[in-house]
Amino acid sequence: MKRTLFILLRNPLSALGLFLVAMVVLSAVFADVIAPFPTHAGAVVDFANFNRPPEWPYIFGTDLVGRDLFSRILYAYRISLLLGVVVLVIAVPIGVTIGLVAGYLGGWTEYVLMRITDVFLSIPPLVLAMSMMGLLQPTLTNGMLAVTAMWWPWYTRLVYNLARSEKEEGYVLAAEVIGASRMHVIFREILPNCVPSIVTKMTLDLGFVILIASSLSFLGLGVQPPTPDLGSMVADGAKYLPDSWWLTVFPGLAILVAVFGFNLVGDALRDVLGGGQ
Amino acid sequence: MTALLSLDRVSKTFTQGRHEVRAVDDVSFDVRQGECLAIVGESGSGKSTIANMILGIYPPTAGTIAFKGEMLPAARTLAHRRAIQLVQQNPLSSLNPKRTVGASLRLPLDVHGLGERSARAARVGELLEEVGLPADYASRAPDALSGGQRQRVAIARALACQSDLVVLDEPTSALDVLVQARVLKLLNDLRKDRGLTYVFITHDLSVVRNIADRVAVFERGRLVELNPTETIFSDPHHPYTRRLIGAVPVVTADEVRLRDRLMENENERA
Repeated sequence: MKRTLFILLRNPLSALGLFLVAMVVLSAVFADVIAPFPTHAGAVVDFANFNRPPEWPYIFGTDLVGRDLFSRILYAYRISLLLGVVVLVIAVPIGVTIGLVAGYLGGWTEYVLMRITDVFLSIPPLVLAMSMMGLLQPTLTNGMLAVTAMWWPWYTRLVYNLARSEKEEGYVLAAEVIGASRMHVIFREILPNCVPSIVTKMTLDLGFVILIASSLSFLGLGVQPPTPDLGSMVADGAKYLPDSWWLTVFPGLAILVAVFGFNLVGDALRDVLGGGQ
Repeated sequence: MTALLSLDRVSKTFTQGRHEVRAVDDVSFDVRQGECLAIVGESGSGKSTIANMILGIYPPTAGTIAFKGEMLPAARTLAHRRAIQLVQQNPLSSLNPKRTVGASLRLPLDVHGLGERSARAARVGELLEEVGLPADYASRAPDALSGGQRQRVAIARALACQSDLVVLDEPTSALDVLVQARVLKLLNDLRKDRGLTYVFITHDLSVVRNIADRVAVFERGRLVELNPTETIFSDPHHPYTRRLIGAVPVVTADEVRLRDRLMENENERA
């Protein structure tokens, strides 16, 4: 762990990634302390200061109802990260378990599980999420549900391929000859050897989940107002380009920073932990 | 001597698409209590298939395998698994790189409920000492061990079950010559001390000379010769056995003479 961190910091690109990720995470966690106008995360209206360009105390400017954009971006990070973490916490165990079972057991189990996975993989993710959000109410919970439904099959694919090659290793045969249970072989012998690849993919995906969630709210299908969300902030501001550029540029940059940061760290982790895809 | 393991007209056919491959063809032999039976042959001779059937990794297509006079079923019980253990060729692969040596050695104890739960950590230390390693290696990862040390851990794991029969699948061929000699000595000592029975699979006839009581020679799935080790080397009956011995790299003058004599006979026959 310490060694991994050391290697990451030595490379300028991954050090930049770590810095960006740290910035995003810290802003989300300490939004209450950092934000100059914490109440602006909600339904506040201040028409005296609406649509202001960046100037003190509104360093990123204000939106069309006079709320501080900087404060709203901090709270939007909190929601995005929460969404990303919850999606991965649900999707990864499901995807990983299905992949391990299919890869290790083989035969009919593998056939059925992998064809179900293929069906999910063959639906374009945004289309699936959009139709789910169309059917259900567009709330944060349903947003998480929609993104989770399209996320787990990627882990199944990844872990399925890993498990298939790991099960040819001598240590699996050794455990089988000793008489260890399938549960033991799958979760205690094979799974630990898949963890580096899973962690790498999770880091990369945290950025992508934020991007997908932003795309959904850009289309008006994600988090609903007045809750701050980077995607809907960009969408709302797009109508006032180029005059009120700060309405889109800062939330857009915020998305870029988060996705770029997680990608840099994910790439670096892949090199260090050796978890290829 | 009584038979510990009996193979009776055992065959194994693998189906690959439309093709059928007879990996093992109508093979019968006994493994006697306390002996070391070497199974030799080139790759593709069916010796690994025999090992896998003995271990119950897959059942024979035809024929039966009996252990201590009792027929072994296709689906082995835990007791069957415990009775027959394996040491693999490559200790780099046979030990899980993500688990400590101690965790790998503890698995057979946990699976078969050997000893009190609280005494198992100490038992792991004893097992390591029995194969000539310090007990505190239990906390190490396999990466931190040399090839010979890893193979000792794999041997300790096979001993943990206190089984009667150990299948050794080319246990020394991944090791360099000096380490090989030490591991062979360890295996010989363990066998004498504990009255173990070995089925020793190898293609290396110089190893066979050092450890085996009897040698079974396989060629393309058939058992072509089964004789005491001295007979195999001094008076091999089957032409295939002669060719195998002829192919051994030789060092001593005795062995050179033996090879020349054997090859002469072979050329005359041809």
